[in-house]
Amino acid sequence: MTEQELRLDGNAAAGLLQEIFVHEVTAARGACAACGSVGPMGAQHLYMSPRSPGAVLRCSACEGVLMVIVRAGGRFRLGLQGLVWIEMQDVDATS
Amino acid sequence: MGFVSRAFKGRPRDQPRDARVPPGQYLVRDFPVLSAGPTPHTSLAEWSFSIEGEVDEEKRWSWEELRALPSETVTRDIHCVTKWSKLDTTWEGISVDTLLEGVETAADYVMAFCDGGYTTNLPLEDVTGGKAWIAFAFDGQPLESQHGGPARLLVPHLYFWKSAKWVRGFRLMNEDSPGFWETYGYHMYGDPWQEQRYSGD
Amino acid sequence: MLDLVDETPRVRSLVLAVPGWPEHLAGQHVDVRLTAEDGYQAERSYSIASAPAGERLTLTVERLDDGEVSPYLAGELRAGDELELRGPIGGYFVWEGALGGPLLLVAGGSGICPLMAMLRLRQAAASAVPTRLLYSSRSLEDVIYRDELDRLVAMGSGLEVIHTLTRSIPEGWSGLHRRIDTAMLGAVAWPPAERPLIFVCGPTPLVESAAESLVNLGHEPAHIKTERFGPTGG
Repeated sequence: MTEQELRLDGNAAAGLLQEIFVHEVTAARGACAACGSVGPMGAQHLYMSPRSPGAVLRCSACEGVLMVIVRAGGRFRLGLQGLVWIEMQDVDATS
Repeated sequence: MGFVSRAFKGRPRDQPRDARVPPGQYLVRDFPVLSAGPTPHTSLAEWSFSIEGEVDEEKRWSWEELRALPSETVTRDIHCVTKWSKLDTTWEGISVDTLLEGVETAADYVMAFCDGGYTTNLPLEDVTGGKAWIAFAFDGQPLESQHGGPARLLVPHLYFWKSAKWVRGFRLMNEDSPGFWETYGYHMYGDPWQEQRYSGD
Repeated sequence: MLDLVDETPRVRSLVLAVPGWPEHLAGQHVDVRLTAEDGYQAERSYSIASAPAGERLTLTVERLDDGEVSPYLAGELRAGDELELRGPIGGYFVWEGALGGPLLLVAGGSGICPLMAMLRLRQAAASAVPTRLLYSSRSLEDVIYRDELDRLVAMGSGLEVIHTLTRSIPEGWSGLHRRIDTAMLGAVAWPPAERPLIFVCGPTPLVESAAESLVNLGHEPAHIKTERFGPTGG
């Protein structure tokens, strides 16, 4: 198989992405890109008030930015630059 | 018409009375605190303000050196992108023109950078010509840390997220580049009179 | 909105019937959105105080004097009014019977709400998980769910409730009367070797100091779940 044959359209990830993005993300674990700490999203520090431009989730160990959520004129923008990875339970997995 | 909560009025917000209130804004009397992170507490001994990036020579002032520069007291209206405006706020600070005196640069943009990692981008011409200050007092009192003390940028003609709290310097840039909120969808310029809230507005 | 119950002079419970409500977990919250005639909107999160029970849920709201949403919910709202809700939300600060225990709950003021959902679930499920609640209130009359807590304790199912009062102390009060501190947590909590599951909810300073004390006492940070009320403007 050539490298070209291995390349699909992003559309083909739809099913996989749908499986991931229905999850309750506060229960997911993530790794901070700044300090490497790993912990559940729900245990990190959130900076958000009714009159702030957006929500900023910061690492509870180093206060590095993990995730930014902005509701900007009819769309959401989700910034994930501060997370190396995020991990959710695979509910279909049989152990 | 969508759902309405019976008898809910919300926080008192004055209807705009005059031409001083940009479209979509309401007036507040209090001074809301907005923050994207923990309040930094840099001691004045460690504090400095720098001008760096595309300049012939970088400049830096300690707190004492900055405070020794001539300051101005200005009264301006401020407009937050989250729709509140506050009229006649009085600040004391150093004009950015004073800081840029003698700085040789061909740059057209600045990135204001801050304690805590916040940044915001502005055209150089929007912080010069008597339009911007490094403010260290509000209402005659030293600027409280929750409002950006010891010093914040004050650029009242743009939405208030451009008036970066806890500012520590400017990085001069030849090309415009998004700061913190701009990266996540806020407008690169942020003119309240044009309702430039989000990118694309 | 079915019913309103005054819990304390500043706190009111709202009993809601929500058609199509997917049953929540104990500890989850909802976002309540209010819309004024002119389209102005304000949204706040409230913990669900009731155990999962079909399409019915209870929110308990403390009226904050300078608040925007809480004076409406705990003052203006009448039975029969409608509310716009989003939820249930949150998968982190959650306890289910299957997680076991022992269970240590630490509450400050209206931080009791999500913990009460856990206690009510524990009761409804006839769980015998050993459980201790350390609950800090300003005064005895500010204790939310006081009678119900007394009743739950009297049932003898392994629940202990330890109150501490931080401001006004009634005559003859023999209980604790200071802010939650390391010594208090050391006395109330199971030893770290018993690996209690710990949930702490309340104002940010209380939560941060209690969580720090618990870590210093040797509890595993991964077993301490916290929920802070920030300066949300009520």
